[in-house]
Amino acid sequence: MVRIIGMLVGLFFSGWMLVTFVLGATEFVTNPPAETAEHKFHLKPKKVAFPSDGPLGKFDNQQLQRGFQVYKEVCAACHSLRLVAFRNLQDIGYNEDEVKAIAASWVIETPSVDPATGEASSRPSLPADKFPKPFANDIAAAAANNNAIPPDLSLITKARKGGAPYIYSLLTGYQDTPEDLPEANQPGPGLHYNPYFPNLNLAMASPLASEDMVSYSDGTQASIDQMAKDVSAFLVWSAEPKLVERHQTGWAVIAFLLIATILAYLSFRTIWADVKAEKKKKGAEG
Amino acid sequence: MSFPWAKEYKPATEFGQWMDEKLPLPRFIYNSLGAGYPAPRNLNYMWNFGSLAGIFLVVQIVTGIILAMHYAANANIAFDSVEHIMRDVNSGWMFRYAHANGASFFFIAIYLHIGRGLYYGSYKAPREMIWLLGVVIYLLAMATAFMGYVLPWGQMSFWGAKVITGLFEAIPLVGKPIQELLLGGFAPDNAALNRFFSLHYLLPFVMAGVIILHIWSLHIPGSNNPTGVDVKGPQDTVPFHPYYTAKDGWTLGLALIFFSIMLFFLPNFLGHAENYIPANPLSTPANIVPEWYFWPWYAILRAFTVDFLFIPAKLLGVLAMFSAILVWFFLPWLDRSPVRSGDYRPRFKKFFWFGLIPCILVLGYCGGAHAEEPFVMMSQIATAYYFAHFLIILPLLSRIEKPEPLPNSITEAVTGKPLEQAS
Amino acid sequence: MATVETADSATLDDEAGGVRRRDFINIAAVSFAGAGAVATVFPLVNQMNPSADVLALASIEVDISAIETGQAIKTSWRKQPIFIRNLTEAEITEANSVSLTELRDPESLADRTTPGKENWLITLGVCTHLGCVPLGAAQGEVKGEYDGYFCPCHGSHYDTAARIRKGPAPTNLEVPEHEFLSDTVVKIG
Repeated sequence: MVRIIGMLVGLFFSGWMLVTFVLGATEFVTNPPAETAEHKFHLKPKKVAFPSDGPLGKFDNQQLQRGFQVYKEVCAACHSLRLVAFRNLQDIGYNEDEVKAIAASWVIETPSVDPATGEASSRPSLPADKFPKPFANDIAAAAANNNAIPPDLSLITKARKGGAPYIYSLLTGYQDTPEDLPEANQPGPGLHYNPYFPNLNLAMASPLASEDMVSYSDGTQASIDQMAKDVSAFLVWSAEPKLVERHQTGWAVIAFLLIATILAYLSFRTIWADVKAEKKKKGAEG
Repeated sequence: MSFPWAKEYKPATEFGQWMDEKLPLPRFIYNSLGAGYPAPRNLNYMWNFGSLAGIFLVVQIVTGIILAMHYAANANIAFDSVEHIMRDVNSGWMFRYAHANGASFFFIAIYLHIGRGLYYGSYKAPREMIWLLGVVIYLLAMATAFMGYVLPWGQMSFWGAKVITGLFEAIPLVGKPIQELLLGGFAPDNAALNRFFSLHYLLPFVMAGVIILHIWSLHIPGSNNPTGVDVKGPQDTVPFHPYYTAKDGWTLGLALIFFSIMLFFLPNFLGHAENYIPANPLSTPANIVPEWYFWPWYAILRAFTVDFLFIPAKLLGVLAMFSAILVWFFLPWLDRSPVRSGDYRPRFKKFFWFGLIPCILVLGYCGGAHAEEPFVMMSQIATAYYFAHFLIILPLLSRIEKPEPLPNSITEAVTGKPLEQAS
Repeated sequence: MATVETADSATLDDEAGGVRRRDFINIAAVSFAGAGAVATVFPLVNQMNPSADVLALASIEVDISAIETGQAIKTSWRKQPIFIRNLTEAEITEANSVSLTELRDPESLADRTTPGKENWLITLGVCTHLGCVPLGAAQGEVKGEYDGYFCPCHGSHYDTAARIRKGPAPTNLEVPEHEFLSDTVVKIG
């Protein structure tokens, strides 16, 4: 009985699947889907190396500090970094007093409550505070930015396919609209063509428009490429501040496990030695 | 247990004796996982994945309890509380990545364990109950994993919850009320997040309970083995401890090395970038896909694109997806071949390696890809084969196939020497 | 049967010859794995310690310029109440007039304040008995029999230097580590 019902169910599902396939295949052959402009013009992120890449990757604090400078002077006007606290900057080589000064002098203040009146107000940030957001909420952010909300950057290198190389490519990838771009994909008003962006047009204008937009305190030449690389590296850190700790723990754990596994394997071999020997002996006799 | 030659537990100390009289827990463990359980001597490495899955369940429970100490199941702060774990809690990043990747390793182990059962006929009499309980464990694991993925409240969490509960909407008449009941609202929000958290915490312990039943029922007939031939006598078995504990032990080390590589060097490889964006009910990610371990089922769901008479395609897809798993419940009665092991079934072997395995791989690949051609067509062919394999090929095969001669005993298969009747 | 018993009998046979290689390797493998398991316990427990964001709030800076003589404010430090009291001359005199030998927990007012800032009494607002918040910091609250603080839970009386004078509390109200950054700003913690 089970088999008869099963057979009927199987015939139904398999049969209908085959019918569906034939219908779909006919449609596919007679009316193949047109190639979309996204397929044709979209580019994969450029190959770019960061010191944090790979299992031995470490952060370069000099670079992170330069990247932070780019974030502070270029990105922070529109993009929040809401999951990172000022105190975290100590991890990239600033000392306690520098962090205090950065927090206190941050252009946007931390929202608070006026202790006398109870009204909403703001105060200078302390190291324990997270980076204050440039806009009070999404509506304010959209209103100030042509209806596009600048995404928070704390996790951006983990939240975008392609990670840091994608951010780097996007920042350095603005170009003139190609001539053969279909009408439907032309950047509308307030949009900018960038082949690294999934749908080719994004609301953000090229943020790193000219060289030396920031003047690096360590004397590094602030080329567009350098700034893009540095800020991408900084955003790797902001998304994964424990990366170095993770890599180091990983090596220690794997080294331990390798030894443990070898010991366990030897132990396994000695325990099974009798059974294997018996098998060989009997096999030889047989 | 059921083998008369099984070693008997003898408490070595006076305390052990006292304990054995009051609460014979050591005896119980000795008989189920210790030297008191005679296991076939010829088990190959495919028999290591059951205990491995059990160990990864323990890893999940331990890391999960820790995460629950820091996580907040509230739609407003759930995402930030996960980031709090990642950034501020001592070693929090390690527990979170271990939990996320541990789920994958649990499923890797469980899939290999299921695949071994399918190939070596471990579902056949007298082990039907072990198989049925195993399918229950798998269903519980799927529910647990799905609800766990919702908890970080990222984009994929939210839309996954929406899409999967949306499946119930396909049920005629009662679909919409059922979906609202599951979510406690019209879209995933606080109510859904809280109940998912509650159940996500509960179900692993239910699973642990069913696993105990699974092992209990295993100990009645004893383990199957690669020949599928019954154990005939003591010469066919070795005590589980130390033989199989040592074997499981060193392969556990190997598994933990792979696990550590993922955890420490590729922690987000199996995840989705979109889940690092906080849930946004107003914007759908470009490609909603579940975690990889659901891809084959997801492909079956999406393969149905054409209505059948009055049954809408959406309902068909849902029915097919559930049937694809439920069919396993009937497997012991669909495949009536008296020969268990695929090694001695020449045709079954071909269908298994050149039919079922590629079919599952294709379904898995298509389930993770964009819902566009040629992936939809590929998944349609694979789905057709999937149902045909279990519901048509296996029942017919058990009638027409001529199995190869079986060895007389496990020992004979191992040593190539006929069993001496003297023993 | 042979297979079943080999392991045990082999060990027995060789006991006289000392620890054999196979025993050694088994012991080594098990103890190595055991050591790993023990090492794993550390992070499992350590995760319960205060996290980085909690530790970051471990010190606060309080502006005390608005506290008039004779007044006190309640503020919060590490999620615990802090009393900052600007003592009057009379209160200081009263505190200094007590002989230390009379006290359950002998400490002078000078021990409990910063030199030159003896009028600023900064204590935790946590009764040392069972952790209730004593009354007396806010205006109009009962100050107890010794004009300092009074804990209503079990009737502990503290004097003007927040020392325990009567009731079940074993010690004086705790003075947290603090430092005057300027005349008007004190850093606690």
